[in-house]
Parts: sequence; C-alpha cells; structure tokens
Amino acid sequence: MAEERINADQVQHVAGLAKLEFNPAELETFTGQLEKIIGMFEELSTVDTTDVPATMRLSDDTLREANLREDQAVKSSDELRHALLKNAPETANGLIKVPAIIDESGDGE
Amino acid sequence: MNYFDQDLTSLHADLVAKKISALELTKATFANLRQVDPQLGAFLNLNEDAALKRAAEIDAKGINPDNVMAGIPVAVKDNIVTKGLTTTAASKMLENFVPVYDATVVEKMRASDAIIIGKNNMDEFAMGGSTENSAFKVTHNPWDVSRVPGGSSGGSAVAVASGQVPVAFGSDTGGSIRQPSSFNGVVGMKPTYGRVSRWGLIAFGSSLDQIGPITRSVKDNAAALNMIAGYDQHDGTSSKQAVPDFTAGLDGNVKGMKIALPKEYMGEGIDPKVREVINNAVKKFEELGATVEEVSLPNSKYGVSAYYIIASSEASSNLQRFDGIRYGFRAKDVKNLEDVYVRSRSEGFGDEVKRRIMLGTFSLSAGYYDAYFHKAGQVRTMIINDFNKVFEDYDMIMGPVAPTPAFKIGDEISDPITMYMNDVLTIPVNLAGLPGMSVPAGFADGLPVGLQLIGKAFDESTLYKAGYAFEQATDVHQQTPKVGGAN
Repeated sequence: MAEERINADQVQHVAGLAKLEFNPAELETFTGQLEKIIGMFEELSTVDTTDVPATMRLSDDTLREANLREDQAVKSSDELRHALLKNAPETANGLIKVPAIIDESGDGE
Repeated sequence: MNYFDQDLTSLHADLVAKKISALELTKATFANLRQVDPQLGAFLNLNEDAALKRAAEIDAKGINPDNVMAGIPVAVKDNIVTKGLTTTAASKMLENFVPVYDATVVEKMRASDAIIIGKNNMDEFAMGGSTENSAFKVTHNPWDVSRVPGGSSGGSAVAVASGQVPVAFGSDTGGSIRQPSSFNGVVGMKPTYGRVSRWGLIAFGSSLDQIGPITRSVKDNAAALNMIAGYDQHDGTSSKQAVPDFTAGLDGNVKGMKIALPKEYMGEGIDPKVREVINNAVKKFEELGATVEEVSLPNSKYGVSAYYIIASSEASSNLQRFDGIRYGFRAKDVKNLEDVYVRSRSEGFGDEVKRRIMLGTFSLSAGYYDAYFHKAGQVRTMIINDFNKVFEDYDMIMGPVAPTPAFKIGDEISDPITMYMNDVLTIPVNLAGLPGMSVPAGFADGLPVGLQLIGKAFDESTLYKAGYAFEQATDVHQQTPKVGGAN
C-alpha cells in the first residue's frame, strides 16, 4: 500500500475530538476497520466533480422560508420540569448537577 | 389473535359493527404477542396498561366510521419518542430514558385513536442492517429464526410479518424500512424526505431520515401513511406540499405506466435468485400493461461511500448531545467533567455507533473535510441528477431492495464493509430524498424477496398504485412465515 490512510495516532486524535476513548485492543481493531472503510471512500476521488455543487440538505428552500415561525417563549409546567429532571443522572434542588470541571481526585468529595 | 387473515378494512368494519371492541382487540393482541414474541424478540418494551386504558376510552366514545385507524393496535420503533413510555433507541445510553413529549407521528397516532402496543427492537440509534447492533436483544426472522430480520427497523418488520400487529412504524436513513420489509415479506414505505415530520425521531442523519409505515398489504400501508403525513411547524424540513389520500387510485390498473429498470440494480453482486424474482416481477408488470425498459444510474455505485461519509458526519454531530449530563447514561466514579463526557460516551455507545461517530468526526475534521465530506456532497448531487434524468421519461423506477435475502445471525456482524454493502440499492433513494417502497415479490430458498419501487419526489401515490396492482396479481403477500401462529 502506497500510503497509510489512517494510523493509530490519528485514530486517537479523532477519538479525542469525538470524546471517545479506546483501550489498546479496541484501538487496534478500530484502526484496522476505519482504514478499510476510508479506503473504500477513496473511490470517490476518481469521480470528476469539477463544477458540481455539493448537496448538503434536501429541503425545498422556498418552503423553508415559510417554515420559520415566530420565536416566542412558551411557559412550561412544573410537571414538565419534574419529568425532565427525572431523566437527569444527578440533580440537586431542582437543578441538574454537573461534576466539577477541575479534577477532584486530590481531596475527594 | 394474529393479523394474518384480516386487514385494516376488515378490522375497521368489525370494530364499527361492534363484532369486536377495541378493548377486546387490544387484549387479544397482547395475548398473541405473549405467545409469539418470545421466539422472535420484536419488542423491547410493552405499553400494556396504557393501551388497555386507551382502548376502553375509545370504546366509550365510539369508533369513528370514517377513521380506519380508530382502535387499531400499532407498534412503534424505539427511536420514535413516546411521552411517558421508555424510549431507548436500543442503546445503553438511553436505557432508562422516559420522553417528556410525543413525536409528531405519535401525536397523530393518538389523535387518530390508534393504540400503541409497544416499542420495537432495532439497531442501536438505527445504525445497522440486521438489528444485531441492539444493546438489549437479538431479533429473529420469523421465516427462519437462525436468520436476521434485517434492520435497522428489524423489530417493526418482524412484529408485522409474524402477525403481532397490523401496522408498525419504522425509520429509514439508508434502507432501514425497506430492507427489513424485504427480508420479512412485508410492505414498507420510506416516504419522500419532508413528507413526514421528523420531530421526535431521535436524529441519526438529519438530511436522510424519514419515518414510514410497515404493513402486510399495500392498501394498509397507504392508510397508515395518510395518518402520519403532513407539514409540522416543529420540523422546518417538513413539507407544505398537499397530502393526497394515498388509498385513492388503488385500482389495479398500471396500463401505460412507464417503468425504468436500472441495469446497475440487476448486475454483479446481486444474488441470481433475487434477480430471478425481480425478473418475474418485471414480466408481471408487462403482463399488466406497463412498459419496463432498462436505464442507467451511473453514479449509484458511489452511493455507499457517499452515504457512509454523509450519514456518519451528520450522526457524529447529532450524537454530541449524549454527554452524560442532562439525560441518559452517566459513567460511575468520574473525576471531572471531561471524564463524564468521555467515559459516559465510551461506555454508553456500542461499537457500530462509535465507528460511525469516528468516521463522521474524521470526515469533518480539518484537512479531510474537502476530500471526504464536501466530495460526498458533490457525488450526492450527481446521484440526484441521475434520478432526475430518468424521471424525465419514466413514471417509476423498479429493482431489488437488497442484493440477497436475509443472512444468518452472526455472519456479517464482524465485517462492517460487507454489512454496509447490503444498503447499496436503498441508499441512493435517501441521498436523493425520494420515496421508496418494498413490496413482497417472491421467495429465494424459502426466504422473502422484496421488489423496490422508487418514485418522483412526493409521488408516493404512483408507488402505491403500482404496488397494489402487483400485489393483487400475485399471491406472494398471502404467504405466512413459520413463526407467528399461522398454522
């Protein structure tokens, strides 16, 4: 193979961007699989796309204009707030609790 | 009871005539489901108490004789949110997630007095073609339980094919309604992009996703699409195009219809037995007075690559919301905020979902965006142009849904590229936003094979008309699978 498409270091880098982590065995498997899939993607480089615009969405733009609605605040109920909070992993005083941004391992909780 | 001998029309007539009440029908549905589903695994979660309560309410107010969906039990894929009913997308990430609102399609089901029986198994976040990527259970094909049901809407297709419910709703991003419908011998419609609101569909590929119905007959499918189609202010990509009555025009007449058969859909890589079934379908359409001519969709062969770049890129963006903070899985013993994100996502997502997130993040990352994401968008334009050219001269396109019938459980799961190639015939339709339908066309070694009908944007009616004519001229849809109690 002429050049490596993606190596383990790059996979680590992309995993960091995606907020994922892999152990060494997973890293090896994923690198191999991604290498093959990205290899398949390379067939697109053989397609002549000179002056072809890219399609990024399919909505009918004239309809999209009309689809914009008023940006109005709607009051929600206590019942809804309660139901929403029930889905949060951790809450305190009716609010969603987020762990400290800075490492807590030094002094514990 | 099972739903092999009745369709929506006859069920509705029985409900209106009070031969059976909605409550009796609902109870009978659960009784049959408990017999059948343990062998198949189509459902993740049942809605029994609420369904029985709702059925009693519908009986009390009476069945509307003009509403064919009133009192009808339906099943819903588990990536469509249902208020108060756990919705997991078959992911550990959402194992205990209880939505606080209904998807627009679910609101429409409730407004139509349809009765939601439960939520169907699927590939995690709709990523996969075999339902083997579910975090919770394996779903078996009722025609041969050693085989996959297809996916990602595998549970929905099995629930219908095995006679557990008359209607189920799936979602289709690259073939996820049509391919399992083909593998299970049922009718599955992926409507035009924008025809059905995506509000409340857990997002995978937002420029590709559509919700659609799976049924045993074409007419039932048209009635089910009637219920869910239409503009929704909550989905800016839903269309204001008028919604016709999709059950109108089902008269069996396809005389003079001009049908295109892309040579790329009948070539190398297609199982000869699948090709034979499709060739027989072509003959049937010709007997019925349609003309079928070979055409070319020269860029469709690049569809798989373009799709896996675009869909994965959109998925990597959509799945950022699963961060372990507001809802969903949070990893234990985390040290800080970054740790919450990384560990929750790494422990909460399955391998296929991670693969897609990685592919998408890679395709969108600095230095690769132009060569991958932008290039895929350009190829997408070329695929759309191919379709537009064919539709200048033809009313509809026809071909197989999938290159093979259902494969064995475990056979392809460790080989992503082989799995991705299953979508080669369905993906171009999503890239172009067109309607596509799978209609049972025959069997290969006892396994169902679906015929794919592809229409112009917002012309689902032609697909229903053609599908109905074909169905009425064959007895394929009357066959029943091994599992389901149809003895």
